[in-house]
Amino acid sequence: MNVSTKTGAVDVRAASGSAHAGAPANAALVGKPARGGIGRWNVERALSFLSPVILLLLWEAAARTGGIDTRFFPAPSSIFKTAGALVQSGELWSNVSVSLVRIAVGFTIGAVPAVIVGLAMGLFSPVRAVIQPLIDGTFPIPKIAVLPLFIMIFGIGEASKYAIIAVAVTYLVLINTVAGVRNIERVYLDVGKNFHASRRMMFSDIALPGALPMVLTGLRLGMGVALLVIVSAEFVGAKSGIGYMIWSSWQVFQVEKMYVGLLVSALIGFASAILLNTLDRVLIPWKPR
Amino acid sequence: MTAPAKVSVRGVTKRFTVRRREILALDGIEVDIRGGEFFCIVGPSGCGKTTLLRILAGLETESSGTIEVVRDPATERPLNSMVFQEQSVFPWMTVRDNIAFGLKARGFSRRARYAVAEPFIHKVGLTGFEDALPHQLSGGMKQRVSIARAFANDPEILLMDEPFAALDEQTKLVLQGELLRIWDESRKTVVYVTHSIDEAILLADRIMVMSARPGRVKEIIDVASVFGRPRQVELVKSSAQYGEVFGRVWGLLRAEVLGSQLIGDATQEGMGA
Repeated sequence: MNVSTKTGAVDVRAASGSAHAGAPANAALVGKPARGGIGRWNVERALSFLSPVILLLLWEAAARTGGIDTRFFPAPSSIFKTAGALVQSGELWSNVSVSLVRIAVGFTIGAVPAVIVGLAMGLFSPVRAVIQPLIDGTFPIPKIAVLPLFIMIFGIGEASKYAIIAVAVTYLVLINTVAGVRNIERVYLDVGKNFHASRRMMFSDIALPGALPMVLTGLRLGMGVALLVIVSAEFVGAKSGIGYMIWSSWQVFQVEKMYVGLLVSALIGFASAILLNTLDRVLIPWKPR
Repeated sequence: MTAPAKVSVRGVTKRFTVRRREILALDGIEVDIRGGEFFCIVGPSGCGKTTLLRILAGLETESSGTIEVVRDPATERPLNSMVFQEQSVFPWMTVRDNIAFGLKARGFSRRARYAVAEPFIHKVGLTGFEDALPHQLSGGMKQRVSIARAFANDPEILLMDEPFAALDEQTKLVLQGELLRIWDESRKTVVYVTHSIDEAILLADRIMVMSARPGRVKEIIDVASVFGRPRQVELVKSSAQYGEVFGRVWGLLRAEVLGSQLIGDATQEGMGA
């Protein structure tokens, strides 16, 4: 808990407590441990960069020499060529944008109430007593399994997609938010109580920031599940989207196009991870990294 | 020196139930703490001194007995503000927002609470660190924030639970001196729990020595008549009377500490529900 050894901040000083202009810059100098020479780190970085490139080259070579069956594993060059054509025709973007909107809307509908309810559950045990059994009872259901029900309720259109993503995201965000509040150091709640913080301030000034690292973890997991769910949902119940693109190209055996779909979903996952890491940095500047 | 009682503790008893066994933590605590007094509580580990302080802070409730704090009718001060033993500074707030926390809870506008907090930032020597986050500060500086937060709230009484226990010796000496200096300016009633006899002598007007569990008031020792105010750390420690007072307090505590180590669980056994 005591972080003093990590920082270079000077504490012992004249008892008068006067004049330390310019000192904060000093205190902020929390240096990273020195690396063992320039070489090793760069070499490892280069290796990490090279290994996928080499794999692609081997794949390409094997495809051209007939070493692998190009009906299942088309050469990377032909996949990229197909990708280029799909980009130019606008087909790729129209599918990607549809999926992205579904994820964004569903994610928001699912995550925002989950954070609020999760904070309430973490802070107030009666709320927890009411909601916890409902969560525990329904959480084990694979979320995609309720898609038929949602299509029945919301129709084949966008609403059922939003709903299925929202539900999948809600659980993970909720469970992690509750855990986040429950794991807040007790002393912070004691301070709130001793200083007579209102219920609203206990929420906004202690529970929310205290639980934020776990909330972000929930969002990260939720994003992963949102991608999984939307692709699966689009397999069966959609006429657009990245999942639809993968599924329909399989049906007409356009394997290159299918690979483009896989590649793009990987890129979406990668981009969302970067987005959430940035969010983490912006929202939780106090988190030790 | 006989100011009227600010805090009246009457027959306060606290029982805990731990694994279906009832433990008597505090047994009939009777004490009057005077207005403007620096009142230290020392006792062996587990004697219930922190529990007593937490009851005073409203964080725990007494099993029986009463506590009365005389309010100043002219002001709307909060009853008490506590400085905690462990890291209690919110890591997500700047130094300024941490110190102004109590004022925010009392409904002060941002401008008003920053204005009130400002001098306390300087008093605890954190000038220039107003916008720093706690992870940029050392342990000693975080405790300065915690102390400023309590003082800025301007309560009727200040409660402190071994605020310097986790600090190294030198930092502790500096902060004890600073606490004395800040306290001298306000002369607020302070109830200060510590296990350090040395710290109690340095800071206190009176020292309440507690027995091992169940915590009872063993004796109250007057220090104010020995060491005047304002006090200086070096002068108190180097004086001849220091050793005398130390000897008296230790004489009272020694048996309790030894006893609590020897009997330990046996007392619990005897008290079992």
